[in-house]
Amino acid sequence: MSYLTDIGALARKDLRLELRARDTLPAMLLFVVSALVVFHFTLPQGASRLAAFGLLWVALIFTALLGLTRCFAAEREQDVLDGLVLAPSDRSAIWLGKAIAMLAFLVAAEVVALPAFALFFGPGIDGRTLAGVALADLGICTVGTLLAGMAAASRARELLLPLLFLPLAIPIVIGGVGASVNGGVRYVEFLVLYDAIFAIICWASFEYVVTE
Amino acid sequence: MIRARALEKRYGDKRVLRGLDLEVERGGFLVVTGPNGSGKTTLLRLCVGLAQPTAGELEVDVSRGRLGFLAHEPLVYRELTALENLDLYGRLYRVPERRERIGMLLERFRLWEARRERVGSYSRGMLQRLALCRAFLHEPDLYVLDEPFTALDAEGAELLDRELAERRERGTFLVATHAPARFEALATAQVAIVQ
Amino acid sequence: MVAAVTMIAFFAPEDADQGLSQKIFYFHVPIALTSYACFGWGAWKGLLHLWKRSPGADLESYVAIHQGVIFGALTLVTGSIWAKISWGVWWAWSSNQLVLFLVLFLFYAAYFMLRFSVEPGPRRANLSAVYALFGVALIPVSFMAIRLANDFIHPTVFTSNGPQMSGRMFASFCVSWAAMLLLAGTLYRVELAGKRLDSRLRELRELLA
Repeated sequence: MSYLTDIGALARKDLRLELRARDTLPAMLLFVVSALVVFHFTLPQGASRLAAFGLLWVALIFTALLGLTRCFAAEREQDVLDGLVLAPSDRSAIWLGKAIAMLAFLVAAEVVALPAFALFFGPGIDGRTLAGVALADLGICTVGTLLAGMAAASRARELLLPLLFLPLAIPIVIGGVGASVNGGVRYVEFLVLYDAIFAIICWASFEYVVTE
Repeated sequence: MIRARALEKRYGDKRVLRGLDLEVERGGFLVVTGPNGSGKTTLLRLCVGLAQPTAGELEVDVSRGRLGFLAHEPLVYRELTALENLDLYGRLYRVPERRERIGMLLERFRLWEARRERVGSYSRGMLQRLALCRAFLHEPDLYVLDEPFTALDAEGAELLDRELAERRERGTFLVATHAPARFEALATAQVAIVQ
Repeated sequence: MVAAVTMIAFFAPEDADQGLSQKIFYFHVPIALTSYACFGWGAWKGLLHLWKRSPGADLESYVAIHQGVIFGALTLVTGSIWAKISWGVWWAWSSNQLVLFLVLFLFYAAYFMLRFSVEPGPRRANLSAVYALFGVALIPVSFMAIRLANDFIHPTVFTSNGPQMSGRMFASFCVSWAAMLLLAGTLYRVELAGKRLDSRLRELRELLA
């Protein structure tokens, strides 16, 4: 199907751009480790496991936000988005391609972040945590990429994206932290629900985010 | 192919186009002139679908895939090479025999030697030629060109003249320009936008 | 008409011989429900704008959401007062309704930031409509999340269930709710008329220029 080739071409383009520019991913990696170090100093002695996991999720959310802010940077700085929008391909392919690339960056950051967390705060990352992280990543990348597209159309770009993203990220964080501290499988189920609902809305509405 | 009646476009409180009537028949070549800021670019963007009119009617009888747009910006990624950029657009526009077509266009616009260099290192003239490659790649039925001779040196202008002459029969053209004289031989009509 | 209906809203609770805290309930919950209704209406108008390109739908969506935020702020205020009266604290994370409104308030406040930072035009209308649709999906999702959150953040000390409603109380509640909806509807129409007048004035000024 040509829709899938479009998505593949666009995702590959974004990955290649990052490979050349090499600015977003190193920043995300450095940020997440620095954040975890800062959090070590903000946690009081003998803090609970829940608190530590809470801070892991704070680190992940803000690392994702850092990446998302750069998401449409290339298109914005060079006005290339018009070229993509004019193409006969479905506009939602632009969103999906970017979301996939964003997911790759986020997973790469987590490959560093999770072992660092285990190192700094002690072991405790289990299967359910990973499932929570994986599902949360999907939610973050789908919703975040669309919101980055919105922010790209505004004057206040870097300022606006966190404001748009954080309220929608609250349910993701709740689901993620719940999954991490063995709250039960319903947190994982909740994340699946969140991802499904918002992925559909994003997919159907991205067309309107980039056109008049 | 293009029909506009009482077309109007407003950005916030500023009215950029007002009461514009326009018609381009199939196979026609319309040249649009006007001073800077008169709304030529806005008109082209409306015709191409990147903007919606605030009032009036606009009909463009061509699908997105058969439309070739040359904008003010080259619409290419600086960090990618010419080949990679055209390959991306070739895929998105479902260009048949993509590699051959890209190679041929790069040759005709004298960009073949520089095809593996990052576009960021190109001169303005080369950028414009690449942008033209991008616009022509999928052999559109409707060409919408915003000041196509910008930044082209004498050699580049010659190449473009040749391309336009060759494609003249196979397409319809809407061109915005400061120098309508260049298109005298090709144009069927000319329209001036007045403030 | 608005005055008469709001008066009814005041008299009805006095019928029920409950303490002061219960009287707040007659305001707080209807205000919250009206807020939901406004956000829903705003999302509906947003959908109309995207789907049918109805002219004026964007403005109606904006005004509806504006009303929703006003009533949302009132929900937070009345909820806080109720919490103070019932439990002695100005804020209770265990009150699902209150926390939900806090999240929604943040979300819709960002809506206004979005609108202020984009040039007026079809692009801004599209973005606002999409965002309004996100909001309406966020309401149930957020509610579920907050309920899950309370299971591991705070042990449930306070319950946030409303009182059991007797027939007379239920009637008063309904009257109050109807009054709130009418109030919202009237404010909505007033603000909408005002904004439409503004834009028509601007159009006339342009024609004269």
